[in-house]
Amino acid sequence: MATHEPARSALLEEALAFGGPIVVFDRVNLAFDEKVILRDVSFTLQTGHTKVFLGASGAGKSTILRLALGLLKPDSGYIFVNGEQIDRMREDDLMAVRADLGMVFQEGALFDSLTVRENVGYKLYEELRWSREKTDVRVKEVLGFVGLGEFIDRMPAELSGGQRRRVAIARAMAARPRILLYDEPTTGLDPITSLSVDEEIVKLRDLEGVSSVLVTHQLRDAFFVAEHAATRNGGEVTFEKADRVKADQAEFIMLKDGRIHFEGNASELRQVAATDPYIQSFLS
Amino acid sequence: MAGKVQEWSKSAVLEVQEYVRLIGRVSRAVVSPPIYYRDVIEQFDSIGIGSLTVVLLAGLFTGMVLALNSGITLDQFGARSMVGRLISASMVKELGPVLTGLMVSGRVGSGIAAEIGSMMVTDQIAALRALGTDPVRKLVVPRVLAGLLMMPLLSILATGIGMVGGWVVTVLQFHVASTVYWSSVVQGLYVQDVWMGLVKPFFLGFTIVTIGCHVGMRTTGGTQGVGNATKLAVVASSVAVIAVDFMVTKVLIVLLY
Repeated sequence: MATHEPARSALLEEALAFGGPIVVFDRVNLAFDEKVILRDVSFTLQTGHTKVFLGASGAGKSTILRLALGLLKPDSGYIFVNGEQIDRMREDDLMAVRADLGMVFQEGALFDSLTVRENVGYKLYEELRWSREKTDVRVKEVLGFVGLGEFIDRMPAELSGGQRRRVAIARAMAARPRILLYDEPTTGLDPITSLSVDEEIVKLRDLEGVSSVLVTHQLRDAFFVAEHAATRNGGEVTFEKADRVKADQAEFIMLKDGRIHFEGNASELRQVAATDPYIQSFLS
Repeated sequence: MAGKVQEWSKSAVLEVQEYVRLIGRVSRAVVSPPIYYRDVIEQFDSIGIGSLTVVLLAGLFTGMVLALNSGITLDQFGARSMVGRLISASMVKELGPVLTGLMVSGRVGSGIAAEIGSMMVTDQIAALRALGTDPVRKLVVPRVLAGLLMMPLLSILATGIGMVGGWVVTVLQFHVASTVYWSSVVQGLYVQDVWMGLVKPFFLGFTIVTIGCHVGMRTTGGTQGVGNATKLAVVASSVAVIAVDFMVTKVLIVLLY
């Protein structure tokens, strides 16, 4: 229940200036009945950067993605996406904000009754009113990007877990959003399939310039996304260790009981782990 | 004990509030774009054509059993030729709409709750919203339109086939001439009865479909939640069919008779 709205902080004013970050959370609080989910959560996501949320189950990681999409409303605090304040926005107005956001849900959340082609092209055909032919061209393009071109006419039930996640990534990126939100995209997948999903995330960030928010409790995936870069050599995409500047563009946020427990890059996270038992328990 | 009663009352009021809100959102969505015409047509097929067999069979056997029972009773007074009157009045005013309503509750109400409920617990509804689609416009409005328009048609067909079932039994069992039966059917009907038979199914269709959608959209708790939602939708919409039938009948008697 929103009661008292504090004034915008100086940090928020600066963050919302021209060329500022693409996603801003400022002192966001959320509780369901007596259970507090988020307490005073503030962060900014710069264009083209990655924000990785870590934490135990129930720490509020997925809630942050739902708040960024406007699927949930905070009790207090401000949320800005692309310069638009969305924390009090009506559902009808949120549709325009969501045009620039894509989300990959935990289990993919593909529409059971639609084929892969229809799932991936859903937004283009149903919402953006593209022609069937134009939609088909883009669907084939994004399915090729995630390496599932030959599965275009399959139903979701005929796909493996990893293929479903990759189709979900294709669906989220089909309308070329500038921000992609990933909700535990590798949970329940084997290491090889997880790696292929991680590579898609890195490809989208480095080759398409997409800003990403990744929620996960799989540390190996989080560090892979943070510390690798994708480059295109001719038609082939290669992955290599990111340089220092690139690696610093991926920030980790560790949540504990709804609060931000740690914020920093991958090397800082490793350093803090030596003295912080909570983070250490995660890294080990 | 008092705490439990208070908790139950609060959740009941919340359900009613959410149901009314859903109806409000549907009302606004019906008169403003976008309307997903393809989904509307799909639902006309699913709710209308899909329910045809069960509704026709229910109507046929109801007409037949009505003829059997009323024929035996009327025969004691030498009035077997009046069977048609009894069947037409009962089928048109009450049994046609209500039995169709109950059949549609079982088939469509449960199906809607299970389908939308499954979409809720697998995040497909959230995915729809994330992709810029209003789930009420995409899922609820087409079903409500189909329920509103298909229920009267199904009810007319059930009533018609019920009369045919009554005719078969009356002619074969009680050896009443076909012309006597059909003229008795017409004599037993008044314009007010026909209006009642036509108006009721609109209300019943709306009630069944909106309850199914509401229950589906409020589903939580994984596959067990979907099972509970399906059960709740059938029970709630079946009881609502009888209750709404009573209320609409009461109002129509005041207005028409």
